[in-house]
Amino acid sequence: MGEVLLSARGIEIRFGGVVAADGIDLDVFEGESLAIIGPNGAGKTTFLNISTGYLRPQAGTVSFLGQEITARPPREITRLGIARAFQIPQLFLDQTVMENMLISAASHVRRWSPFTPMSAMPERREMERLLELVGVKGYSERLARELPEGQRKLVDIALALALKPKLLLMDEPTSGVASSEKLGIMDILTTALKQEQVTSVFVEHDMDMVERYANRVAVWSAGKIQKIGPPAEVLQDPAVREHVIGI
Amino acid sequence: MAGWTSPLRIVAVAGFALAAIAPLFVPSWATLVALILAKAVVVLGIIVLLQAGQVSFGHAMFFALGAYASAFWGKYIGTGDLMVYLVLGATISTIAGLIVGLFVVRYREIFFGMLNLAFSMVLWSLLEKMFHYTNGADGIRVARPTVAGFSFTPDAFQYVILYVSLALALIAYVVVQRYLDSPLGHMLKAIKSNETRLEYLGTSARRVLLTGYVLSAFLAGVGGVLVGVIQGIATPEFGFWTKSGEFVFIAILGGFGHALGAFAGAATFEIVRYYASAQLANAWQLILGVVLIAIILYAPSGLIGLMRRNRPREGGE
Repeated sequence: MGEVLLSARGIEIRFGGVVAADGIDLDVFEGESLAIIGPNGAGKTTFLNISTGYLRPQAGTVSFLGQEITARPPREITRLGIARAFQIPQLFLDQTVMENMLISAASHVRRWSPFTPMSAMPERREMERLLELVGVKGYSERLARELPEGQRKLVDIALALALKPKLLLMDEPTSGVASSEKLGIMDILTTALKQEQVTSVFVEHDMDMVERYANRVAVWSAGKIQKIGPPAEVLQDPAVREHVIGI
Repeated sequence: MAGWTSPLRIVAVAGFALAAIAPLFVPSWATLVALILAKAVVVLGIIVLLQAGQVSFGHAMFFALGAYASAFWGKYIGTGDLMVYLVLGATISTIAGLIVGLFVVRYREIFFGMLNLAFSMVLWSLLEKMFHYTNGADGIRVARPTVAGFSFTPDAFQYVILYVSLALALIAYVVVQRYLDSPLGHMLKAIKSNETRLEYLGTSARRVLLTGYVLSAFLAGVGGVLVGVIQGIATPEFGFWTKSGEFVFIAILGGFGHALGAFAGAATFEIVRYYASAQLANAWQLILGVVLIAIILYAPSGLIGLMRRNRPREGGE
């Protein structure tokens, strides 16, 4: 495995009586695809929220490439190279898909003339390439609100890729998508991430997806990591099968 | 996009040409048209903020600062030059915009609107109460300034101020439309639809809004100088909340999907006021109220939206 990108140590957070993180230690290595699984309320999304600065842990630290990022604001963490895709796609619905992408590109390059039309930005080509990579190029001039859910998910991920991140955190990339489309979306996604050399962490409920697309899987349970390792090994564990997968 | 650009452009060119030529034949229109253009400059700033979904009920403060900057110059220093007034008014309102902006951009929607209103009412109170300096509710006369060193008779001056207003309004229009087309303008719209996502792209929404806010304060200051000079007076009413409401009214009337909405709105508003107030005394507000209700119900993207029907929906739903 490559070098450690993201490293969490002793993360704790409680919401009233609910323990969402109870001493989480986790390293994410460069180049891997790590799946996070576990029952609802186990603290999977909370971990993503802490890693991206949306929540401040009550104890513990998160570092990225050796630099501590605990509780830094999301935009600073984003600029360091951690991008995020959401369970419910977070797009600028009143703007076209290309405008969405160019806003992301402009956020990333942070150098443009205030009076040059955004549509004439040199990054446009690259954004077209990314949209093509995730298979939604045909939608680029449509308003984001006109897109079906599956396509919105892909645009949401393309927005993250436009930031040229080192690490992409995805919350249920295939939720809300018809099961017949799931494999297609994950294939597109895996290819895109590999091509862009982006390390990924994704929360997932579908064990087929985990088995097929993750190099490593971490099992969350009541704010703790119950087990972590290669999918073939972890998913065969009797305790995991009983408590998490429910068989 | 070409589908809507052309008809809108034709209307824009025709409108500006009419504003430049018609007063030559009907002298009484010169002041009316100048006033329309000056107000439109202020409303352009309101339109900028509306892109982010934020409504300011306090922009009259920057408008008043522009007008009072000229008035104070006249009162304490002597008759000045229009260019000096413009630079002074714009500078003061821009600095005030930056200071007030640092506070208000932390808030959204009703809180943003009300905090702006609160700041503007502080200024209004000061203008009302500091009688020794401001003449209170009577206001301060703005003497007719020289323009680039030349002085003019009242008759000639009404044309000079008309063409200065026209030139400034055109520049402001181009600047604002370019700004709205730029990445910053698109980020402003992104604040309205999904501010969280913007932060997750690494952009500070507050900074984006602050840029728009300072631009809008600058435009309000320029408009304030022009209106002060056109009307020859600056009164505390310039900074009263109803004046702020008037600018928002004009922006909604004209439509804020395009910078031209400011001109369509200001022209309609001032023309209705001009004629209706002559014919129907105090009923002109009633007429404008009915017009606004009709616009909100039947043309939510304003007068300019009526010309852009074939464009995909955007902005004010």
